[in-house]
Amino acid sequence: MLVPVKWLKEYVNIQLPTKELADKMTMSGSKVETIEAFGEGIEGVVIGKIEGILPHPNADKLVICKVNIGEEMLQIVTGASNIKEGDYVPVAIDGARLAGNLKIKKGKLRGEVSEGMLCSQDEMGIAKGLISEENKDGIWVLEQEYPLGADFMEVINFKDEVIEFEITSNRPDCLSMVGIAREAAATLGEKIEYPHIRVNGIEEKASDKAKVIIEDTEGCLRYVARLIKNVEIKESPQWMQQRLIKAGVRPINNIVDITNYVMLEYGQPLHAFDLDKISGDTIIIKKSKEGEKFKTLDGVERTLKATMTMIADKDKNLAIAGVMGGEESEVTKATKNILLESASFDNDNTRNTSKLLGLRTEASTRFSKGVDSNLALTAANRVCQLIEMLEIGEVLRDAIDVYPNKKENRQLCIRPNRINELLGTNIEVGEMIKILESLEIEANLIEGKLQATVPTYRDDLQLEADFAEEIGRIYGFDVIPATMARGNIVVGGKTNGEAFEDKTKQLLNAMGFNEVLSYSFVSPKTVDKIKVDSNSIKRNFVKLLNPLGDETSVMRTGLLPNLLEIISRNQNRNNHDFRGFELGKIFIPKGENQLPFELPQLAIGVYGEAEDFFTLKGAVEGLLKGSGIDDFEFEAEKNHPTYHPGRCANLFIGGNVAGTLGEIHPEVMNNYSLDKKSYCAELDFSILLALARVDRSYKPLPKYPAITRDFAVVLKEEIYVKDIEKIIRDNGGSILESFRLFDIYRGNQISEDHKSVAYTLTYRHSQRTLTDEDVNKVQDRILKKIEDELGGSLRD
Amino acid sequence: MEAKLKSLEASAKSEIDKAITSDELEKARVKYLGKKGELTEVLRGMGSLSPEERPIVGKVANEVRASIEASLQAAKENIKGKELQQKLKSETIDVTMPGKQFKIGKKHPLTQGMDELKDIFIGMGFKVVEGPEVDTVYYNFDALNSPKNHPSRDMSDTFYITEDILLRCHTSTVQIRTMEKLKPPIRIISPGRCFRNDTPDATHSPMFYQLEGLVVDKGITLGDLKGTLEVFVKHFFGGHTKIKFRPHNFPFTEPSAEVDASCFKCSGEGCSVCKGSGWIELLGCGMVHPNVLSNCGIDPEVYSGFAFGMGIDRLIMNKYEIDDIRLLFENDIRFLNQF
Repeated sequence: MLVPVKWLKEYVNIQLPTKELADKMTMSGSKVETIEAFGEGIEGVVIGKIEGILPHPNADKLVICKVNIGEEMLQIVTGASNIKEGDYVPVAIDGARLAGNLKIKKGKLRGEVSEGMLCSQDEMGIAKGLISEENKDGIWVLEQEYPLGADFMEVINFKDEVIEFEITSNRPDCLSMVGIAREAAATLGEKIEYPHIRVNGIEEKASDKAKVIIEDTEGCLRYVARLIKNVEIKESPQWMQQRLIKAGVRPINNIVDITNYVMLEYGQPLHAFDLDKISGDTIIIKKSKEGEKFKTLDGVERTLKATMTMIADKDKNLAIAGVMGGEESEVTKATKNILLESASFDNDNTRNTSKLLGLRTEASTRFSKGVDSNLALTAANRVCQLIEMLEIGEVLRDAIDVYPNKKENRQLCIRPNRINELLGTNIEVGEMIKILESLEIEANLIEGKLQATVPTYRDDLQLEADFAEEIGRIYGFDVIPATMARGNIVVGGKTNGEAFEDKTKQLLNAMGFNEVLSYSFVSPKTVDKIKVDSNSIKRNFVKLLNPLGDETSVMRTGLLPNLLEIISRNQNRNNHDFRGFELGKIFIPKGENQLPFELPQLAIGVYGEAEDFFTLKGAVEGLLKGSGIDDFEFEAEKNHPTYHPGRCANLFIGGNVAGTLGEIHPEVMNNYSLDKKSYCAELDFSILLALARVDRSYKPLPKYPAITRDFAVVLKEEIYVKDIEKIIRDNGGSILESFRLFDIYRGNQISEDHKSVAYTLTYRHSQRTLTDEDVNKVQDRILKKIEDELGGSLRD
Repeated sequence: MEAKLKSLEASAKSEIDKAITSDELEKARVKYLGKKGELTEVLRGMGSLSPEERPIVGKVANEVRASIEASLQAAKENIKGKELQQKLKSETIDVTMPGKQFKIGKKHPLTQGMDELKDIFIGMGFKVVEGPEVDTVYYNFDALNSPKNHPSRDMSDTFYITEDILLRCHTSTVQIRTMEKLKPPIRIISPGRCFRNDTPDATHSPMFYQLEGLVVDKGITLGDLKGTLEVFVKHFFGGHTKIKFRPHNFPFTEPSAEVDASCFKCSGEGCSVCKGSGWIELLGCGMVHPNVLSNCGIDPEVYSGFAFGMGIDRLIMNKYEIDDIRLLFENDIRFLNQF
């Protein structure tokens, strides 16, 4: 909502600088977005009268004007063609400054002296979209006489400040000058001065000439019509044009401008019909027929629906109620007689109509938000008053006003102590009454309670809490003391799940992995890119009805596609190394109309010169051990479509599959344009969470020395290290403390398809120092088993 | 004999003085004091002396021995010191060479921000709770007193899965879910992902993060809301930060307010971060609407509460002066490493 400050001052006594007014308004709930200094930087422009126009001797397209600026006659060369002798125009004299910091100096144009410049609206800083048709090309020709040589800015009140307010959806009444003025008055403790409306009228009565019938009483709550005879359509006066322009409305002609002016002033949309194009004498407000065609005044033929409310005469539709008038009954330059409509249309109905037609207008937006039915007559009368004032038509004596169910002021009962309880204040009842009355809410104290009478334009005030806000905001939110909540003891903290998430992130960070975050929605094609099986659960998506595009049209069923996307982006940007992980949710459909399963998953990815499968595996192992999970093992997985068949493993924890890790399959690499081998893991985070051991107890540090023994065995290539380790673990007895694989050798002295695997074993007894015999016995047993079960032979 | 001893002493000392290394010194020691050393040889010859001479020569011999030993000891220490100096010198490195590179992983800047926020509110007794990203129209709109025709319900604003199921457009859903489950006193925060039908550009993202807060108990006031948020702002942005509590309108709170903080960058003078206004819009908040309490089976006549919700992405972008929200979800490693 754009509010020109000079106009606002017509309703409220405002002495404050605009910036201070803006701050106060913001703090009382009308948030100021911007303050625009209108006409700022323009100086040296005076009123001039064109006394003569002579051809330019050296240029066909230029003319020489004699311009009277009061004390002086200037010679000004111009290229404009819309001027004539006797026109009053803005003249930028030598040394003037125009919009865009354009400086004007005396000079010669094609050999002829030019002592200034005649100005267009554009040069005066008016936005192109707000310049009327008449003023679009050429010089700004004023519509009447002004004192010659007078400061243009002063005379037409050009210089102003325009405040832009953000109006919240609960206050459609503030989408008007009067509404803002009411707020300003309450904020500043002033009284608002409403316009004094008085319509003289002529002898003839409108009610003798026309009738209004509301058939659709749901769609139309009130319909006021006034008739105006012998109108003269022309440009409206400069003061009105100025106000419209500053409020962001383009001047069109006097009748349209007046209806727009009153709409800005009161918030009531108005429409003028060419009375002579209405058949018969009856205006009927009724529902449209399904599929009916109607041409709106923007020239578009529209197909109507049966829910839409229409204004019609006996033969045809005239307008789509609250949205737009029809082309046929539009006011034109030839219009002589007018029917002025000031009606109240249902907000839901108007919103639906506007939505169904895909047609949003100033009127439909206002009706959708809500316009007080009690405004209709006031606004209609205000229009008529302005028509009489400008002497551009004769207003017929009475108004036709069909208003079946008059909306009355609401009565509400408020407890002052409850208001103070909610706000945390001790505001006296007397002050509360004063505040409410400043907002034009009548309040009487009856038996300790306030009986409030709420005006019909304040539909937002329904409950006590609403009054807490009204009283609080005018009292000042900023002066309400800040306190801390007292009352019962509450214990803060994170859930176990969150604490474990933190722990997981810490562990991965410590191993050099950066956390990444990616969208919860993906393209359904991602499952093809990672070659998911055709019958996989990962193809069963939770789908969006209205996605932004295919790329974000389904909820992800895995974290891997996004991670590969991120890896791909990093590789494309020549980032040499990458270690990353995402901990997030995946979405699996449940039943019809049930919320989907949201399951936490962990994806880890790595690439880089020094990285391989075992970097990734080490990170997974580190994470598991760091989480207190020891009961895990890896098994080769040769059939997972996303991964390299020889470089992929499943992770088992306590016998359950908890995830997969591996080198990305070359075809998948190709699908993501990866040129560096990448390694990824996907883990079921809910299993980790369930099995993580948070509580630990201390184990005493060893008192007795350890004995270490190495051995190397030669085995067939296909024997897994895991099988050797199982034998070591199963046969190590109580004295085997730990073991470590330190070498795998293939080549000289080792026959083909064989490898030599070397381990260091550490033995220790908790109660005494071990002897060689103790250790030999166990070590021999382990080696024997490896020989017997795996066909290994001890290497010398 | 005495003369011989004296000359031995002199030659031993001269040799000790000449020794530069520990080895040379050891050679000198063996030469004079070793089992076959010259002094030892001389002393062995003592037996041939007369009983009168023996004590006198013996005394001199002992003095010579002590003197040589003292010289040896002094020289030893001297050489040890020199050798240490030599060793240290030879071990000198170019300390300006680069250190070994460790890979340090970091949490995503949004997580870091969320952690900071959680810590602040946990310190004030708030529990962290979570809610689903896919939720019902009831939890996202109806129960929150959102009018049936509110524009945020439009398909052009909110992503739908079915007519009744959607991607939550704010974390306020968790208010309802919490109040349905817990009895007052309630004091929770809930961070999480939200979704809105916005085409991504520098300032919009179809997915973003919010943090919701909710307090319900007997006697909770708007003043308490102000106090709580003041503590938060001073923690997060610093003790000098001022806050502005502006009346506003939300369907689920009444009274409602928006909170601005004085710009942490320019302290209110106006800069690029606050777009010249000196203030940064932080969050929306208010007293829980009585209809919302009733919808959750909490009697608004007995209890009152406040709620607030803030965009975490915006907070983080302001704090680190990140000018494009898309950077947060691109996950370029060079970006992530900066935080």
